Order: sequence, then C-alpha cells, then structure tokens
Amino acid sequence: MDLKELYQDIILEHGKNPRNFGKCVGHNHEAKGYNPLCGDQVKVYLKLNENKNVEGITFEGSGCAISMASTSIMTELVKGKSFETAKKIVDEFLNMIKSGSEVKAKDLDEDQKIKIMSLSGVKKYPMRVKCATLSWHTLISALNGKKKEINTEKVDS
Amino acid sequence: MNIENIKSQFPIFLKKINGKQLVYLDSSNSSQKPISVIDRLNNFYKNEFSNIGRSIHSLSVSATNKFDETRISVKNFINADSKDEIIFTKNATESINLVASTFGQQNIEKGDEILITELEHHSNYVPWNYLRENKGAIIKFAPINDDGDIIISDFEKLINSKTKIIAITHLSNVTGTIVPVKEIIDIAHKKNIPVLVDGCQSAPHIKIDVKDLDCDFYAISGHKVYGPTGVGILYGKKKWLEKLPPYIGGGGMIQEVKKDRISYANLPEKYEAGTMATAEVVAFNESIKFMQSIGIENLINHERELTNYALEKLKSINSVKIIGNPKNKAGVISFTIKGVHPHDIATILDEDGVAIRAGHHCCQILHERLNLTASARASFGVYNTKEDVDILCKTIENCRKVFDLK
Repeated sequence: MDLKELYQDIILEHGKNPRNFGKCVGHNHEAKGYNPLCGDQVKVYLKLNENKNVEGITFEGSGCAISMASTSIMTELVKGKSFETAKKIVDEFLNMIKSGSEVKAKDLDEDQKIKIMSLSGVKKYPMRVKCATLSWHTLISALNGKKKEINTEKVDS
Repeated sequence: MNIENIKSQFPIFLKKINGKQLVYLDSSNSSQKPISVIDRLNNFYKNEFSNIGRSIHSLSVSATNKFDETRISVKNFINADSKDEIIFTKNATESINLVASTFGQQNIEKGDEILITELEHHSNYVPWNYLRENKGAIIKFAPINDDGDIIISDFEKLINSKTKIIAITHLSNVTGTIVPVKEIIDIAHKKNIPVLVDGCQSAPHIKIDVKDLDCDFYAISGHKVYGPTGVGILYGKKKWLEKLPPYIGGGGMIQEVKKDRISYANLPEKYEAGTMATAEVVAFNESIKFMQSIGIENLINHERELTNYALEKLKSINSVKIIGNPKNKAGVISFTIKGVHPHDIATILDEDGVAIRAGHHCCQILHERLNLTASARASFGVYNTKEDVDILCKTIENCRKVFDLK
C-alpha cells in the first residue's frame, strides 16, 4: 500500500481548506452525523428550492483529513444538482468505497470525477472507511428531511 | 535486565507489518503474549483439557488443581489475604459490573451518590450509570487539573453522607497518571465508604498490594498483563464478597437447588457461574510467572527510563503536544500533532509498522475535559526498547512530511 494513494494532494488540500464550511444561509434541511469510535461529528445543512434542487449545501464539524476532505468534496459535487441526482451520486460514492465499483458519474464534470476518484484509495483501509462515508450518510438523511442523528455504528458503513 | 532476551520471548515480533519490523506501542489496549503463555494454552488443550470442578475423573481433578493454582498465584501477586477473595471474571469490565450490580442492588437507594473521577475509562463509568438509570443514583466526577492529576482537596469536598461508594482508576490509560489511591482510600475509609480501584492499567506497570492499599475491590484484566483474553480478576474483601448477593446465576455457583429455594456456593465459586475460561485461567499463571521472572522493580525501572526518553524526544518535535503532565507517570503517552488528526497519524504510522491507538481511548469525559475530541497514544510494554521510540519519532516526522507541516 502506498500512503500517497490515500493521502492524495486533493485530499490533503481539501482537508486543510474545506469548502462550504459553516452554516448555510436559509437552509431548510439539516442532519447530524456521529462516529462513536473516534468522536468525529459532522452537521450537514441543505437548502432545497421549490424544485427540490440543491441550491445550497454546507457543513460544520471536525475530523481527520479523510473525513474533512470527503465532506468538502461531497458538498462541491452535489451543489446545484437535483434531489435525484444528488442521491445517485451518494450511492455511486458509497458503492465505490464499499465494493470498489466503478464510478460512472454521468452527472459529474471531469474535474468533479477526479475529485470523487481521489477518495477511492480509502477502500484499501477498512478502518478508515467510516471516516469517508459518515458525511455522505448524513447527507442522505438531510435529503430525506430527517432530523435523526446518523451513527456510523448503526449504518452499513 | 537484558531487554533483547525479553523481546525474543514474544513470537509476534518475528512478524513483519507492511514489510517492516513491528513496533508495538499499544500495550495499554492489550499486551502481546510471551511464548510460555501461548505454549501453556496450547499444551493444556492438547494434553490436559477437561472442565473443572464437576467430574471425578483424573483429567478433571488435574485441571481443577491447575485452575486453583492460578488463583493462588494471583492472590500472592496482589498480596490478598485469601484465595477466596480472588474471583475470575471475563475481564476488568465484568469485574466492575459485578460490583456495581451487586453492591448497587444491596446498598444504593434513590439520591445516593457514587463518586468517580474525570480520568475514568468508560468501563468504570458505564456500569455505575445503570444505577443512575435504574435506581436514581447520582454520579459525581472528581475533577482533575490540566496536568491530569486528581485535585485531592476537591475530591474530599465531593464526599458527603450520601456517598455510598468510590470508584477510581489506579492509572489513567490516557495521561498515564498514577493516582494516589492509597491516600484516597484513607480519606474514604475515615468516612466508612468502600473503594473500588480499577487496576486495569496499573497491573502490568506497578506493584500491586491490595493489603497495603486497603482497597475494598480491585479489578484487573489478564490480557493487559501478558495473559490470554477472557481472564479478568476481581479482588474483593471477604467481608464484602460474603455479604453481597450473587451476580450471574447458573451451574457451579449453587449449594442446593430445590423447587422452592436455592442456596448459593461459598466463595469464590459463588461468583463463578457456568464454565469458566479454564485454559486461559490456567495459562494466566504463566503470565504471572513471566512478570515475576523479570521482577516488578526491573520492569518499573525499564518502563520509567523508556517513558522519560520518549517524552524528551517527543517534546523536541515541533507541533507535537503531550497530553497531561502528571506528578507520577507510567508508560502511557497520549499526544496530538498540530494539523494532523490522530486517525491520520495512526494510519501513517501503521504504514511503517508502528502500532499506536487513536481516538478517545474509551475516555470521552476526559477528552472533553481537556478540550479534545481525540488523541494519539503510544503505550509501552516490557518488550519495548529505545529503538522503538526512535522509530516512533521518525514516523511522526513522516506524518509531518505527508501533511507538509513546517
């Protein structure tokens, strides 16, 4: 295993300077995620417009480079997407991390594809999978309008 | 003491991790096992196995005797008065649960107080929480200072007529603080309050003398003392163990079973229901012999030297912050690196064969008190060397490189 596969420059950069960090102005959906194994927490804020498009998305929280970068990249990928597309992107991401399946990502541009693929190294580090997936599960919860807290020990990674 | 000779007694160190020599710095989590313990386990299953205490046949008699020999060794190891005061459990967690449950059943009413500290591992908090949930007990936390030492004067102030039991760790698994439990027990006993000591971390690192401490209960996990998993010890003063109700019910812990009544066995069987971890208990005797062969004084000196060496080296690395600075510290060093999350540290170190722990180490209360969500922890065993510390420091430098820290 090569550490550089996990800690790619994109990940390190997003980990240090997360995008869309903070509270979202006028958000109408939110969800909390918690990883009891390490204490990491994330809060995802969503603004869905009347057509159920993701008009705004931000997050707050603290965690390792993998979790911060994964969340930061996630917000960039789903911003401006429709409800259904956002869900599809989350599914593709989770399948990539869990079973290594290929990301087709028809709805992503080249730059976004590079970003989502930069997280694929995580699948070789089983103990770190939850770091990468916590915020994505939390996003699903926010999309579904749930207020419930997502707990990494209670979801299937 | 020839440390190389000691390391060679642990076959795990022949193994390569990611192609590198193993630097095991996670002994506070669980220690590695010497070959004598592994062989004993193997031999017992191969040539001597039988259940204990139930049958007349030769194998059972012999196994029962071997099981009892460990009990006597444990009694001597911690200087208890009687082997009846040594109860085998699954681990220290179960030992504490046993006391919380039975003592609570008999002695805790609504509004009664249980005093613990901010240093406690979850295993010395959660079992008492059941009494808060089920009986309306109040749990109080004695505060620590920023060094990670318990503030004794504040501790004393928290004791009142409602305080029914005090439960404290002997050694913090995060800051390495060696708690002055004897002093605390003296204070408690002047007010007739019993004290349980969580000795999970102390047992492998310092000399334990329950008679000198005069503690009422003492909990130990065998797997942290170079022993097999599945063996825990509860020491309890006879006056308590005789008075408290039984815990788990089943075979082996009864005297007479009738349709309308059951009477329970004497100590120690009263608390040992069902088939025990027989082979593991038998093999645990070898762990005690191993500790004794090194000599507890030698072990303490070795780990102290190693800890001081590591602290000095780690402090000289930019951006490394050591957590706590207790008056008396054992070989447990938690730290953070500015700009690198503990989970990332652990992954990067693992790549170089260095095994540490990252997270809250089952001490969320303590991490909250220290304004941390997580930390990285290097903890020593008797097999660790200065070379291990050097490799640790080198891999920490690698973390800084991966994360491009100045």
